[in-house]
Amino acid sequence: MSNHPYEELAARVVRLALERGATDAECTVVEGDEFSVNIRMQDVESLKEAGSRGVGLRVLQGKRTGSAYTSDLSDDGIDRMIRSAMDLVAVTTEDPYAGLPDPSELGSLSADLGLFSDDIPQLKTEFKIEQARRAEEAALAFDPRIANSEGASFDSYTGIRAFANSRGFSGSYRSSSCSISAVPVARQGESMERDYWYSVARGYAGLEDAAEIGRKAAQRAIRRLGARKVATQKAPVVFDPRVARSLLDNIFEAVNGDAVYRKASFLAGKLGEKIASEKVTVIDDATIPFLFGSSPFDDEGVPSRRTVVIEKGVLKSYLMNTYTARKLGMKTTGNASRGITGSAGIGHGNFYLEKGDISPEKLIASVKNGFYVTELMGFGVNTVTGDYSRGAAGLWIEDGELAYPVSEVTIAGNLKQMLCDVEAVADDLEFRGSVAAPTLLIGEMTISGH
Amino acid sequence: MGLNESFFGQKFGITERDLENYLSEALSAGGDYADLYFEYLATSSISLDESIVKSATQGVSLGVGVRVISGERTGYAYSDDLSPDKIRKAARTAALIASGPSKTIKTGLETVKTKDLYPVLVPPIERSLEERVALVRRADVAAREYDPRVFQVQVSYGDSLRHVLIASSDGRLAYDRQPMARLNVTVLAKEEHGTPHRGYAGGGGRVSLDLFLTEKTPEYFAREAARQAIIQLKAAETPAGETTVVLGPGWPGILLHEAVGHGLEADFNRKGVSAFSNRIGQQVASPLCTVVDDGTIPGRRGSLNTDDEGVPTQRNVLIENGILRGYLTDKLSGRIMGRASTGSGRRESYQHIPMPRMTNTFMLAGESDPEEIIRSVKKGIYCATFGGGQVDITSGNFVFSASESYLIEDGKLTRPLRDATLIGNGPEAMRHISMVGNDLRLDEGIGICGKEGQSVPVGVGIPTVRIDRMTVGGTA
Repeated sequence: MSNHPYEELAARVVRLALERGATDAECTVVEGDEFSVNIRMQDVESLKEAGSRGVGLRVLQGKRTGSAYTSDLSDDGIDRMIRSAMDLVAVTTEDPYAGLPDPSELGSLSADLGLFSDDIPQLKTEFKIEQARRAEEAALAFDPRIANSEGASFDSYTGIRAFANSRGFSGSYRSSSCSISAVPVARQGESMERDYWYSVARGYAGLEDAAEIGRKAAQRAIRRLGARKVATQKAPVVFDPRVARSLLDNIFEAVNGDAVYRKASFLAGKLGEKIASEKVTVIDDATIPFLFGSSPFDDEGVPSRRTVVIEKGVLKSYLMNTYTARKLGMKTTGNASRGITGSAGIGHGNFYLEKGDISPEKLIASVKNGFYVTELMGFGVNTVTGDYSRGAAGLWIEDGELAYPVSEVTIAGNLKQMLCDVEAVADDLEFRGSVAAPTLLIGEMTISGH
Repeated sequence: MGLNESFFGQKFGITERDLENYLSEALSAGGDYADLYFEYLATSSISLDESIVKSATQGVSLGVGVRVISGERTGYAYSDDLSPDKIRKAARTAALIASGPSKTIKTGLETVKTKDLYPVLVPPIERSLEERVALVRRADVAAREYDPRVFQVQVSYGDSLRHVLIASSDGRLAYDRQPMARLNVTVLAKEEHGTPHRGYAGGGGRVSLDLFLTEKTPEYFAREAARQAIIQLKAAETPAGETTVVLGPGWPGILLHEAVGHGLEADFNRKGVSAFSNRIGQQVASPLCTVVDDGTIPGRRGSLNTDDEGVPTQRNVLIENGILRGYLTDKLSGRIMGRASTGSGRRESYQHIPMPRMTNTFMLAGESDPEEIIRSVKKGIYCATFGGGQVDITSGNFVFSASESYLIEDGKLTRPLRDATLIGNGPEAMRHISMVGNDLRLDEGIGICGKEGQSVPVGVGIPTVRIDRMTVGGTA
């Protein structure tokens, strides 16, 4: 089987860069085709369909680096891009840690990860429009209090990514995705609330039924009506899976090698220490078929793998690329990530909290008086200090039951303490994207209201 | 300037005939309106970390977006290739939204007269690399010199130049050349055996590089970032619950962006999903508040000569003495609501559909002396600056996160406090504003606004204000 033309293009760009004086080079080529339809009040609101391509280059001359990109894949465009990258090398400083991975570290997973589903390019526009319409229709029909909608949408995407470097690596992979979402608006008296639900998968067969998505979205919106503010207090907080995911995002930021070597993380210098409760096991795994965090190799050409980040509360590993691994005196974990150009940063594969063995219903039932959070707002997380303060909405738990909706409050604490206070993790782990977490309970946080 | 002298005319030989052809193709299946958005974007960035210039990137992207509106429906496609057959293909794809006989377009495109808000002769991206690298180096030195407890400094400088050409089937043609530059400094500081704390500062605008050599030097931003980090070393836990809040001038204007700005975007209001829907003429803020969105301020990050639909920007009074006066409207919302566009149609790039967005959003200065405002508070907090914010426009609840704040005790600033998020409800929070200072300031030029997956640069501003009651997400 011959290589995709983009792989050959990437390899050619690398060769040209070396001819122009680079001592090492990395080239990424991407192409993507997107489709999206938004339905509102059962009529098409917008329909978008198009594709684009881009190529990016990073060159090194010794220990200095320069990067460039272009959307012009012609010989002339490539030529100008190489020249731009080489011009920049002159102004950067020598960095002893800069450099590509060792050839022995390069490689790709051989198994097909099922990232591309060939039903996606076959889906007819009318069919996609119909799915979005069905989702909204089900939401509108769910309850008379749903009389309005921000809409429902169906999105699909196919793309290809190719990468080559000057140490003998070249590879490419295709991927696809499709999703349905619904955002109904509920109204009762003065109270107006919206919520959303969605499903995303590599191929159409993996999606939840459109009508079911609409119903779940409507149910969530209704549940928020008549929300009240509660008194300021310290209380247990249960995170539903959608918001528990955001805690995983915060953990990712804290184990991100780039933050760690700069000591800009509250988890810096804590490898091997117990930094969370025993209920907390966090895995990063880019090898799971079909999931959105999977890929055969990372953005430096290092094979993907499974890394145990936190095991029963003990910090086992940071997530690193070649550069940060060198800074920390460790080995890359295959987490290099970049758009199409620049030095690689760090990303995650499928990053998740391992499920526990209690049902979410039993977990909620175990809380006498606490806050079940279903939405978080704002950027108030400082991963340098661990300080955590975010806007929240959800339901109050009284004697183990979801009693009434709450909003316009905040939850606050410090991640260092919050991780240690994870008292229970439920068994409802589901992937709706590359980050996932089950329902979880944190023993105590400060809720600010009245 | 005619099409021939424009960037796209010169560099790509695009003629008026071409534009009319593409627009006709777009309306070949019916539709009420079509437009073309040509965009050329050159960007560069330089970053410094651990006192070395670790990376530098530059590049170019180019494309055209074609939009067709039929009734209330929008069809959209784009091409990153400006060859005629590719553009026509995109036009035909966008045209699929309509279904009817083809429409004839208005021949003869008239150039829209726009302001000249950023007459920068040599945009920063065309200045020498050495000059721009010097800025990040200077910031690094200054931050480290500020205090021996500073141990990490990251500086990033970014600039861009965007050329746009917008042609619409209502016979209009608009061009713009949009420079932008920005310098950011992030500092970490710690006591000898303490935990690190972070400070951040940055700024820029649609300006010449000279701004950074004169008024807003690298040292200015570096010292501000370092100062913030050092202050955090002594910060105490922030009280939790409802209290009186005083906002300092400038970036705290993010309050307006979140509390009312998004809620006043016309698309949410014509759909009836905003907390401000159907409230024109009603009291939505204290009578001391007049809130304006103005895209015509020279050189600001949030300013534009023309919006991304080819409509000149303007000064829009959103709230006047507390009364809601209008919404930020683009062409589509305008058409549906029977109102004129307020020049608020913006898009992130040629790959995106325009929608109502803010430009520079601020509150007009009032009469009070800022010192007097602080003195008037027996117990509360003073927030000098913030990180980011977010809003749920349906419930009206919004948040913004304080990154430098102090306890106010008996009218005086006492202890610095750790980061905390403030939460409020748009129409209510604005009604609790009881004092407005005479010290209106706009932010330094760092705002990025996100909406439905599209980011655009914006500005905010506010004088010192007193909000009688707001919930503070502290821990104490």
